[in-house]
Amino acid sequence: MRTPLFLLIWLGIAALAYAIAVALGNDYIFFAGYVVLQYVVLATAWNILGGYCGYVNFGSAAFFALGAYSTVAFYKYITENEFYRLPMPVLMLIGGAISGFVGFGMGYLTLRLRGAFFAIATLALAVVLQTLVVNWDYVGGSRGAYIVRPEEIAPIGSYIRYLFLVMLVLAVAAITIARLIEHSRLGYGFATIRDDELAAEACGVPTLKLKLIATTISGALMGMAGAPFPYYIGYLQPASTFGLDYAVNSIAMPLIGGTTSWIGPLIGAVLLGSLQQIATVTISSAVNLLIVGCLLVGFVIVAPNGVVGLVHTYLQRKPEDFVGRRRVGTDSPEAVP
Amino acid sequence: MIFSFDLLINAIISGILIGGFYAAVTAGVSLSFGILDIVNIAHPAFIILGSYVAYIVNTTLGVDPILTAIVAMPLFYVLGAGIYQIYYVAFERRGQESLRGLAFFFGLLFITEVTLVLYFGVDYRYVDARYIGPSWHFGMMDVPFRILVPCLVSLLLITALQLILTKTFIGRAIMAVAQDQLALRLMAVDPIRIKRIAFGISIATASLAGAFLIIIQPVEPSVGREYIGRVFAICVLGGMGSLPGTVIAAMLLGIVESLTSTFYGPSWAPAVSFGFLLLTLAVRPAGLLGR
Repeated sequence: MRTPLFLLIWLGIAALAYAIAVALGNDYIFFAGYVVLQYVVLATAWNILGGYCGYVNFGSAAFFALGAYSTVAFYKYITENEFYRLPMPVLMLIGGAISGFVGFGMGYLTLRLRGAFFAIATLALAVVLQTLVVNWDYVGGSRGAYIVRPEEIAPIGSYIRYLFLVMLVLAVAAITIARLIEHSRLGYGFATIRDDELAAEACGVPTLKLKLIATTISGALMGMAGAPFPYYIGYLQPASTFGLDYAVNSIAMPLIGGTTSWIGPLIGAVLLGSLQQIATVTISSAVNLLIVGCLLVGFVIVAPNGVVGLVHTYLQRKPEDFVGRRRVGTDSPEAVP
Repeated sequence: MIFSFDLLINAIISGILIGGFYAAVTAGVSLSFGILDIVNIAHPAFIILGSYVAYIVNTTLGVDPILTAIVAMPLFYVLGAGIYQIYYVAFERRGQESLRGLAFFFGLLFITEVTLVLYFGVDYRYVDARYIGPSWHFGMMDVPFRILVPCLVSLLLITALQLILTKTFIGRAIMAVAQDQLALRLMAVDPIRIKRIAFGISIATASLAGAFLIIIQPVEPSVGREYIGRVFAICVLGGMGSLPGTVIAAMLLGIVESLTSTFYGPSWAPAVSFGFLLLTLAVRPAGLLGR
């Protein structure tokens, strides 16, 4: 399928989703849907680095929070100086640029080493950025920051619908980017890194450059997902914005859905995101995080290729018919003689 | 900036003592990550588990936390050996340890933390023991027993570990498994068994480290997260699996953190370990006493 057609189909699906949400007429749908869409973006962004290149990023929350706090900083600056109010897409681009830049810097420092170092460094990055934000009084420090959400916005109506729509467009964009990467030279390069980095390097694949591209794209998308968040939540606080739930969700969703193609994170995010929304309302938010943790551990042990892998096994088809590319070396028998 | 001399001295002393404690926290990771190449990021969660075991026994039976931890070590060993078995069967044997193995440990970290939150809530817990409270005074120096005791026991633990690793057959086999599994197999030793033992020992140290933690500071389930950056920074700086290196790196980090929190405020201290980690990775990835 050509990319423009793919994009058109998904825009159609997005329009349909929006129409259904409007038809239901309950604003709660938009609040819940926003969170699910946000996770679609986070999971897809994580998968570009984690699923395609095989480098694990535990710092999703850090990139997400960077986007959110860049919005807070600009909001403060604008309200204090009575400057022209920046529209949401511009704020998202700024948040994305900052996160992408930080992703690039992180990658540059750690990606030349073994993969585990990168994973640990991302974990530590979250702690350090949180320390910086806690000590930065301009954006509220540890007390948190309030953002006044406008009640209405001109053509759409209530502001939450606008946020939902913005996130919907971002989610479609993220999926399209992921698919575009998957079927390009870049994607094949990523796959060689994941399967055997040393061999790829020996064949002349510019591994460091490709990894840096992946971290930058992935970080930027996470930052863009975070940028509208202060407007959604109204009160932004470091402890919850840097919370482990973003990190665990953006890892769990692709791994549960399946990491080899764009559809895996989408399936994982929609399944797990909706499940969590239901569990938060009906049980409690702590229990729903426990469910995510258990599902993550269960899936990585029992179904290493996620829902997509399970479907393939069920249909008895070879993965390449559907996924487009086969993982090399995943199901090899004992690696050690 | 004007700073008084006794403040400086006290900051350095408490840094060294805290560093001793950090060495115990990191010893397990030096074994698992440094020697066995198992990126056990759930290690801090097991430390918190150790803290809660010490807390439960201390509040219900009034037993000394360090004694409890030593008695609980075999249990932690069994837990560790069990986890390694799952890890081996599910990931290492299939060659998937890099992505899914990491996610597995991350999930374990998460499950442990959330379970503790559900069961105990997010209140800070603490223990009682004779040495918590009093401290030694030499002139302007001030040595609180609640940090001194964990530091000394921790150095004992590290010494014992080092002796096990260098003097016993099992210990030498653990060092060998890091270098050449095939050669070990040719000597009629099962590398998987050796790794299981080593990982069990690594988790067993978490029991003791957890008791130290709850002696030094009140503990709540998410405290462990602060230790992830620290533990790996120390492990990498110390030279991945070298126990003497771990002690030196831990004390170095302890001193720098303590100076930072004395002169810039405690809210900046968590950033120190990350700075250390990045600097080490960028400048000398082999660490101080690298192999």
